[in-house]
Amino acid sequence: MSIALQITDLSKTFPVGKKLFGGATGGVKAVHPMTLSVQTGETLGIVGESGCGKSTLARMLVGLLPATTGTIEIEGSALDNADPAEFGKRIQYVFQDPISSLNPRKTIRQIMDAPLKLLHGMDRKAREKRILEIFDSVNLRADFLDRYPHEFSGGQAQRIGIARALAAQARILILDEPVSALDVSVQAQVLNLLADLKREFGLTYLFISHDLAVVEAVSDRIAVLYFGSVVEEGRAEEIFAHPRHPYTKLLAESAPVVGRALSDPEDGHAELPNPLDPPPGCAFAMRCPYATDKCRDAAPELEQIGDDQRVACFHPLPAGPL
Amino acid sequence: MSAFFKLLARNRLALGGLIVMGLVVALALITPLLPLVDPDATNTANRFLPPFSDGALLGTDALGRDLLSRLLWGTRLSLAVGFAAALFAAVAGAAVGIIAGFYGGRTDNIIMRAVDMLMAFPYILLALAIVAALGPGLVNALIAVSVVNIPFFARNIRGITVGLANKEFVDAAKLAGMSNARIITSEILPNVVPVIVIAMSTTIGWMILETAGLSFLGLGSQPPQADLGSMLGEARSALITNPHTSVIPGIMILIIVMSINLLGDGVRDALDPRLKSGALSRPMAATRVDRKHTPAPEARTEGILSLENLRTEFHVKDRIYKAVSGVSLSVKPGECLGVIGESGSGKSVTALSIMGLVASPPGVITGGAARLEGRDMIGARYGDLRTLRGRRVAYIFQDPLATLHPLYKVGDQLVEAISSHRAISKSEGRAKAIELLKSVRIPNAEERVDSYPHEMSGGMRQRVGIAMALANDPDVIIADEPTTALDVTVQAQILSLLDDLRRERGLAIVFITHDFGVVAQLCDRVAVMYAGRIVEEGPTMEILRAPAHPYTARLIACVPELGAGKRKLEAIPGLPPSVDALPAGCAFADRCLKAQPSCKEGEILLEGTGSRAVRCLYPELSLSKETA
Repeated sequence: MSIALQITDLSKTFPVGKKLFGGATGGVKAVHPMTLSVQTGETLGIVGESGCGKSTLARMLVGLLPATTGTIEIEGSALDNADPAEFGKRIQYVFQDPISSLNPRKTIRQIMDAPLKLLHGMDRKAREKRILEIFDSVNLRADFLDRYPHEFSGGQAQRIGIARALAAQARILILDEPVSALDVSVQAQVLNLLADLKREFGLTYLFISHDLAVVEAVSDRIAVLYFGSVVEEGRAEEIFAHPRHPYTKLLAESAPVVGRALSDPEDGHAELPNPLDPPPGCAFAMRCPYATDKCRDAAPELEQIGDDQRVACFHPLPAGPL
Repeated sequence: MSAFFKLLARNRLALGGLIVMGLVVALALITPLLPLVDPDATNTANRFLPPFSDGALLGTDALGRDLLSRLLWGTRLSLAVGFAAALFAAVAGAAVGIIAGFYGGRTDNIIMRAVDMLMAFPYILLALAIVAALGPGLVNALIAVSVVNIPFFARNIRGITVGLANKEFVDAAKLAGMSNARIITSEILPNVVPVIVIAMSTTIGWMILETAGLSFLGLGSQPPQADLGSMLGEARSALITNPHTSVIPGIMILIIVMSINLLGDGVRDALDPRLKSGALSRPMAATRVDRKHTPAPEARTEGILSLENLRTEFHVKDRIYKAVSGVSLSVKPGECLGVIGESGSGKSVTALSIMGLVASPPGVITGGAARLEGRDMIGARYGDLRTLRGRRVAYIFQDPLATLHPLYKVGDQLVEAISSHRAISKSEGRAKAIELLKSVRIPNAEERVDSYPHEMSGGMRQRVGIAMALANDPDVIIADEPTTALDVTVQAQILSLLDDLRRERGLAIVFITHDFGVVAQLCDRVAVMYAGRIVEEGPTMEILRAPAHPYTARLIACVPELGAGKRKLEAIPGLPPSVDALPAGCAFADRCLKAQPSCKEGEILLEGTGSRAVRCLYPELSLSKETA
């Protein structure tokens, strides 16, 4: 197995309090230095709540946002300039809101033409042929091509978004909450389509979502993000069944599951730390029932634990069932 | 395009403006073809001939020049200069605005501050200064008028572009390999053009006036060339003795500017998407009711709130969307009823219909009753409805950021919710607000009462939303997807809070959601909706264990459940039918694996025994046998 995507110490700091001339007075660390790798043909799930930095990470990975530090390597070669066109051929992005990611004043054909023409320089005839092939593989009819985006339902629009990403012929797709704007019955259609496409074209996925059950259903491995850092990473079938980080445990216990009694695992108060004034130690310490003084003073590193799990915690939970 | 003309024609004033403007433009266009005398030929023997004289229909001016000829040639020139100035200002202003808005940051800052400086000068003074620097003449007047109007376009277009530049389709275009220049021309510009047209149509009249003003002062067209402004200027000295020389060009200016402005307003109204969707049409205070059969106003009912065969429709143009077609539900004190369905299934419209909160137009309640303790609230007087809203039946909505007023402190908003039903003193109100915040477990309620909504997290805001619903001790709470926008850890807290509240206070809760996990944890009973109807109803655990309707079964199966690992999901093929074209028989038949020809005929009833009911001819399990 080769590594499709390797990120090393990737981080993003957004400047705040900008002056008219000169630099910023401070910064918000949206993503702390992060190291992750995705094997070819694998689906890595990224899960976390709002404000955990998962969308910032995704936008850096496709070059829409320049990284503050760190490197991105795709199939062994580094991508160091933040030029989306350069990224576009090798890594593509599927957006959360299918309708707003399609220009309302362009036909679907014009939207599909752009990556084929600009990234691959195909002539008109080759484009036509390729578009029909792609539309066939995402189960869309060819007569959709001359319509405008507002004529489509959310599920159809998301298929068009996926078709556009496929047109760039990138082998890695970043799926940023691709089904969270869709109804549950349509959500399953799109998730199954993504699984079929992956097999057909040998794709590698980075699947970002806040929905634990969806991420678990589609991923091989899952990384859990909290406040801009990976707190735990492991195999999909293990990570929520046997969480080692207290935050992963909290997430798994909070998810509504049929047949489990209603409980508030935190009993009230759950605020994220202030990003302008982050705590010195572990960001989860103020919510963590196992936190000690050590946790409040120093931030734990992500370390190997067990066979195939990494966790950033000084007091990881014992292995075993939840 | 035809829709645009239809909208424009509906506006009588705009249509009048269009016709008048069309006539004036047509006259100006054919002026060279008309048998007119030379507008600049002087004939001092015939000066100041009155209108309707021989050979001079509108009379002559101080130099004996034919006024009709000068008027038509002058109109032609004034219109041309006005349009050219508007076009130039629009193109230059839009270019500046798009560049500033698209690139943002320092580019934006520098460009927009320059534009602000241009705006800081009084309008006409700036135009005068420009003409003074360039020298008098029509082209220079045109430049001056264009330049002073650039800031108006630049600011308008920049605002629109900033919004567009952050849209996802622009990101998508970058990833498709488009250069910035191409994104501006092919992605941003087509979306900005309507705004440019609107801004132009409303300013062109103003520009014609300004050019006329400069010509009137002798800074525009130079003698003997006629434009409307210079005609007025030359006639000024004879205003008292020969008023027709100034009245005639004056009337023409009035006609042009009036018709352009009326037309411009019409164009704006027809093109502006916000106005098209009816943002200016104010909805009525309560949903319109138009029932063929009026049910008895009082009736004995089982629960505290019960719906009988409720029907709500949306009448949009000639289409009728049957959002809710015959829904019956009831909820008892202390009970939580879940209403589950996909978007468009009618679950929210059902909830809003109860208190007449569906916007009218286009919403109409066409049948059925919503009874609170037996009394029908559909068609109740607005005054009665108002005292019941919030007092007996309260709502919690999905997005607390949208329902809380951003400019008032949450405490003041809580007090307002109380004081709209009973008089309450300031100190008592504050104490009550703190008590309410404590009851929804907001930490440091004493401080939080003075917070603004934006200072709170999503979960805290939703707690305030719940506190507001509790403010008047209602009997029924209708919660419309209250946790959909929240993170899972916060959702768990809100759900357990609602569960505690209904047990402590004996509240009846109608909980609308699309999530089976949430229903399973909170609701005693559940009603499954599809295409405006209830397809299955019964105790939550029984339905989840053994669903009777194929739709319920398929819906449960296609939702991934935590702990089951990686797998293929059981998707439901196809889409729900549109509620303006519902098929006969079962609305789910086209997507159902078990559908028979009989499923697509006639009305299928919601039938069952005991606590369960299903609307299906071939249910997954026979309810009558099971309960027998």
